[in-house]
Amino acid sequence: MIKVEWFYWLCGAIFIAVAALTFADATNARRHGSGAFWGLLGGAFIYSTFVVHKTAPAWVLGLAVIVMALLVATGQLGRGETPGPTRAEQEGGADRFGNRLFVPALTIPVVVIIFAVGLAKIHVGDEPLLEKSSETLIGLGVASILAVVIAFVMLRPKSPLAPLQEGRRLLEAIGWAAVLPQMLATLGQLFVAAGVGDQVGRITKNVLPDNSLIGSVLVYCVGMALFTIIMGNAFGAFPIMTAAIGYPVLVQHFGGNAAAVFAIGMLAGFCGTLCTPMAANFNIVPAALLEMKDKYGPIKAQIPTAIPLLACNVALMYFLAF
Amino acid sequence: MLVLIGVLLVVIGFALRLNPLVVVTVAGIITGFLGKLSPVEILNAFGNGFATSRSVTLFILVLPVIGLIERFGLQEQGRRLISRLAALTTGRLLLLYQLIRQVSSALGLATINGPAALVRPLIYPMAEGAAERRFGRALPEAMREKVKAYSASADTVGQFFGEDIFVAIGSILLITGFVDTTYHLKLDALNVALWAIPTAICAYAIHGTRLFLLDRRLDRMAKEAGLITRPPEPEAQEAGR
Repeated sequence: MIKVEWFYWLCGAIFIAVAALTFADATNARRHGSGAFWGLLGGAFIYSTFVVHKTAPAWVLGLAVIVMALLVATGQLGRGETPGPTRAEQEGGADRFGNRLFVPALTIPVVVIIFAVGLAKIHVGDEPLLEKSSETLIGLGVASILAVVIAFVMLRPKSPLAPLQEGRRLLEAIGWAAVLPQMLATLGQLFVAAGVGDQVGRITKNVLPDNSLIGSVLVYCVGMALFTIIMGNAFGAFPIMTAAIGYPVLVQHFGGNAAAVFAIGMLAGFCGTLCTPMAANFNIVPAALLEMKDKYGPIKAQIPTAIPLLACNVALMYFLAF
Repeated sequence: MLVLIGVLLVVIGFALRLNPLVVVTVAGIITGFLGKLSPVEILNAFGNGFATSRSVTLFILVLPVIGLIERFGLQEQGRRLISRLAALTTGRLLLLYQLIRQVSSALGLATINGPAALVRPLIYPMAEGAAERRFGRALPEAMREKVKAYSASADTVGQFFGEDIFVAIGSILLITGFVDTTYHLKLDALNVALWAIPTAICAYAIHGTRLFLLDRRLDRMAKEAGLITRPPEPEAQEAGR
């Protein structure tokens, strides 16, 4: 059967290849630090397999992760001067290929859905074809490979390394932010292990009307929005509010549909993201890009949408999840 | 109560605009100590946390192909598709853009558009052009700012409430990754993603209504500024092509 670990290894291999290209990139003044960062990340992806199977100590990986954060903290991460596509390249490509350019991009969602919905049910002998509960991720992995092949045959780039070079260009533009969601998930788990969720839960229970479903839904959704406004990121708020009330109260006590509770809860958090300067890349950066006088202009345009939408989320969760 | 200091640290760190990755790491270490974990336990927590949340980062597998088609003119082709809509009013143009943004994000194309790639070079100029067509070129600063703010908001709202319908986006993977490892559930990512659809429809209805009303608001602002509103241009003859 097809295992999701294969694709984590592919991911790790891409990071290591990016590290190699970075080490060799003379235009990057910080190529040693950057190369070390991507290399460590790639190694960590592969080593993780053994941590998950408990055949290797986790602290080694923890140390690698902290070294990566140290590299970022001390400013060792930089980008090379890999040129982006020129205007002429883009216009020439659009002239030649037109709407066919969307084919590789659209391959990805189509293949993911085929895997998640169709192939997930297929068994080979007694075993399912795809590793259980990872069907979507496996679909994403296969879709990415397929899309590269299609793009390669269609576009015929000069160098066989072109996809890797272009991937590196985007990855360097994302930089350390590529691992931030993963670190926030880790922080969430640490918060839970250290009892932060329990503490927030104890506080909210004092505020909460006893055994009121609508009250609990309200506290979860509004809490997600408020924590997101404070932290600037719904990913950071999610583990806290979910440990405090989402899982113990809404799913366990009231028997809510877990998928619906968590999906709508996350979107309630997104309503908070619309309202906060802390979510700089979504709210401050566009204002800067558009050279606005009022830095908070986009937020002001979004708050009157965020508030009724939060109310919608409360209603949707109350009526759909229970 | 002491462990809540970790949350406070995250808040302060983000407020001071320190590097988020560093803030998160330091807050994690300090929270671990406050929760009476030993140094090895903290390192173990980081290691296990990293290993079990790898799914969040799996999106990088699509970067090589996206980068490649970008090189061959993906954004240019996107521009050409959208520029056929140039005959619309400001509000309707943004309404349409939000729809395109939301649908393409739901299909997993959330990261290839955005403020840098589309709003600044294309959507804002078109929205402003539409306003100038209606109110004349001497558009007051306040009206330009309003058009800019709503151009940015159409993009952000469209992305946020579209992307969660796509199964392989960070937030869905974070939900399933966190919940599965912490509570030993087996959530199906596709199922979680489907529950994002009702909110997506609400988001389009609410923000779309406000974009639709933007034209009237600009009319009012123009009247206050003493500008004469011109009648809307007739529909383009070649709209059917």
